[in-house]
Amino acid sequence: MGLKILTEHINVPGIETLEVYRKHGGYKSVEKALKTMSPEEVVEEVKTSGLRGRGGAGFPTGMKWSFLAKPEGVPRYLVCNADESEPGTFKDRWFMEKNPHALVEGMITSSYALGANTSYIYIRGELMFVLRILEKAIAEAYAAGLLGKNIFGSGYDLDLHVAPGGGAYICGEETALLESLEGKRGNPRNKPPFPAVKGLFQSPTVVNNVETIASVPWIVNNTGAEYAKIGIGRSTGTKLISASGNINKPGVYEIDLGVPVEEFIYSDEYCGGIWKGKQLKAVVPGGSSVPILPAELILKTAAGEQRLMSYESLSDGGFVSGSMLGSGAFIVFDEDQCIVRNTWNYSRFYHHESCGQCSPCREGTGWMEKVLHRIEYGHGHPQDIDLLVSVAKQIEGNTICPLGDAAAWPVAAAIRHFRDEFEWHIKHPREATAPGAVYRGQLDAVTA
Amino acid sequence: MAKVTIDGIEIEVEDGTTILQAARKIGGDIVPPAMCYYTPLKGSGGKCRVCLVKVTQGSAKDTRPMPKLVASCITQVQDGMVVENTTNEEVLNARKGIVEMLLINHPLDCPICDQAGECSLQDLSYEHGVSAVRYEEQRRTFNKVDIGPYIQLHMTRCILCYRCVYTADQITPERVHGVLGRGDAAEIGTYIENVVGNEFSGNVIDVCPVGALTDKTWRFKNRVWFTKPLDAHRDCPTCSGKVTLWARGEEVLRVTARKDQYNEVEEFICNTCRFDKKEMKDWTIEGPRHIESNSVISANHYELPVINVPIVPNLPSSTKKNLPQE
Repeated sequence: MGLKILTEHINVPGIETLEVYRKHGGYKSVEKALKTMSPEEVVEEVKTSGLRGRGGAGFPTGMKWSFLAKPEGVPRYLVCNADESEPGTFKDRWFMEKNPHALVEGMITSSYALGANTSYIYIRGELMFVLRILEKAIAEAYAAGLLGKNIFGSGYDLDLHVAPGGGAYICGEETALLESLEGKRGNPRNKPPFPAVKGLFQSPTVVNNVETIASVPWIVNNTGAEYAKIGIGRSTGTKLISASGNINKPGVYEIDLGVPVEEFIYSDEYCGGIWKGKQLKAVVPGGSSVPILPAELILKTAAGEQRLMSYESLSDGGFVSGSMLGSGAFIVFDEDQCIVRNTWNYSRFYHHESCGQCSPCREGTGWMEKVLHRIEYGHGHPQDIDLLVSVAKQIEGNTICPLGDAAAWPVAAAIRHFRDEFEWHIKHPREATAPGAVYRGQLDAVTA
Repeated sequence: MAKVTIDGIEIEVEDGTTILQAARKIGGDIVPPAMCYYTPLKGSGGKCRVCLVKVTQGSAKDTRPMPKLVASCITQVQDGMVVENTTNEEVLNARKGIVEMLLINHPLDCPICDQAGECSLQDLSYEHGVSAVRYEEQRRTFNKVDIGPYIQLHMTRCILCYRCVYTADQITPERVHGVLGRGDAAEIGTYIENVVGNEFSGNVIDVCPVGALTDKTWRFKNRVWFTKPLDAHRDCPTCSGKVTLWARGEEVLRVTARKDQYNEVEEFICNTCRFDKKEMKDWTIEGPRHIESNSVISANHYELPVINVPIVPNLPSSTKKNLPQE
């Protein structure tokens, strides 16, 4: 059992209230930072901690903060990206619902470090119940003098707002989020300039994930060096993993980075093994946008070592035999799951959510979805598989924002690792479309 | 000032110049195509992705190549930057793929399209496309919509370059149209079939690179290559009054703004000049408009063909020798 940084008090009754939260050590980081540390010292602690962005990209948080431009007389902003909406990802929603003050505390400490006097939590519009919980927590913080003017008598002022989005996945992309927050259509911006130079309202802005911000209070309270001791290598600290799919115990787990994947899937502490004792077929380790890995590659790295739940280990072997930790949405497939159907399902999502600004993503995501639909429903042609690979390659890297990559990677990876299954669907359409039919590893044998 | 090398040709440009603009200063075949970028429109570019290029050296200080292809219309040059456009296989393949994407939902109805002969997508497909079609799904279709008395919108042909939206936003006093919907279901539209009726609305027709926004006073009147383009002007209180007349005999069939070699308007014109002044006597004729000899519009041979061979610096002398002399 590892150290719980984010979830230690998560099941304490009433932890969503200020009173109970403070009884369990809440807002100590705000007091410590504002009374005893300069903003630069807080940034330095975060740098020392090695904390990496928990939204998916894994960029070092302290470094991102130090890139923030500081022109004279121009406001700076901290924006919390709570627009979580990738299939399989539900850790931030769960965390905000259970422990809203932890995020508010993180926002205050982080805003102080960045010199922001106005900060925003941009939340997915569908999560109105979470929005109400956050608003209540913020109101309590204002009433207690933890937000507003002259916090803890330090002379530091901060206003914190919650802004609901319209429910578009693309608004999770940081520049689209800023457009949406400004009241415009949520289309990604061309970069450069990056938000650290010109972000919200053309001012320097840092956009961080919920989990990233919520980790900052522990780092301030216990020092970055202590945080860096947790985890493995450059994957320091703990990580919330939202586990779903064919496992016995789906849910959100806080793990020390570096836990073996095999242990995470099979131990009772975490997922508790595959549902109904079936065989593991594949895993999408970091949310639907990252490449899928078959059972043998999710358990072992390209070098034949045990695969670990860390940024480096999961990406070992590049996209040929590796994947990504991403947002930590761990989706498990047992032997009865159809990879073609699953890939079509993901593709349908990205087609629906493409903003339509740039040509390869707008047209390519729809094209892939239609071809996958055809294959899944028994109307595929032998050349369709290579067509999908080619279209995915045309999209990858050629779009304004990473949604194009997110749409292309799952398709390319599914074909790379499960090509036989696609061929089976095309060669045996009648069997493949029968209810409950699934490919069992014999391309020319009919199995249902 | 920054020195940039594009396809082996070095040029010095001002700081802040984009790769596309630097390439245009050199001219010739190395200029990347552009479907959404439009010089007079602020903020345009970066969307269609046909101008992607490979930056093989970021700058003299940082010689690392850029990891991905970049949109040349929005990427500023750095001193010592080395760019590959026509000489890079990755760029040509990506461009081929993007042309294929752009044509997925385009109806290819060139034989009946009013834009035929002056369509940027037609030229782009000719230069970078492939002859075979791999897309066999149903294409999206829309009903034609009259947006005001002069303009017809045919969304089926639209490639969502956003140019018309930027035009309406930046040169007309009111915003009545924009992009509705998302992804490949997105469409250019007016809110509840409103009209685009301000005095400069006709310019959205000129900036549309395909035949999605067409001039209702010109539709099906003629093919562009059967008409005679003339530069003309009038004393207009609203705009510069500098236009191109498209005439058949003495009859003026269409009036457009004057465009440069990259098919971008030099000055936007008002609706009165464009739609209401269709008599020769309304205009002071300056003379025949120069049309590139490789353009289909020049097929009418209304004047002697103009030899206009781009002289690219640093060409080997053997190549120069074979160029026709003016």
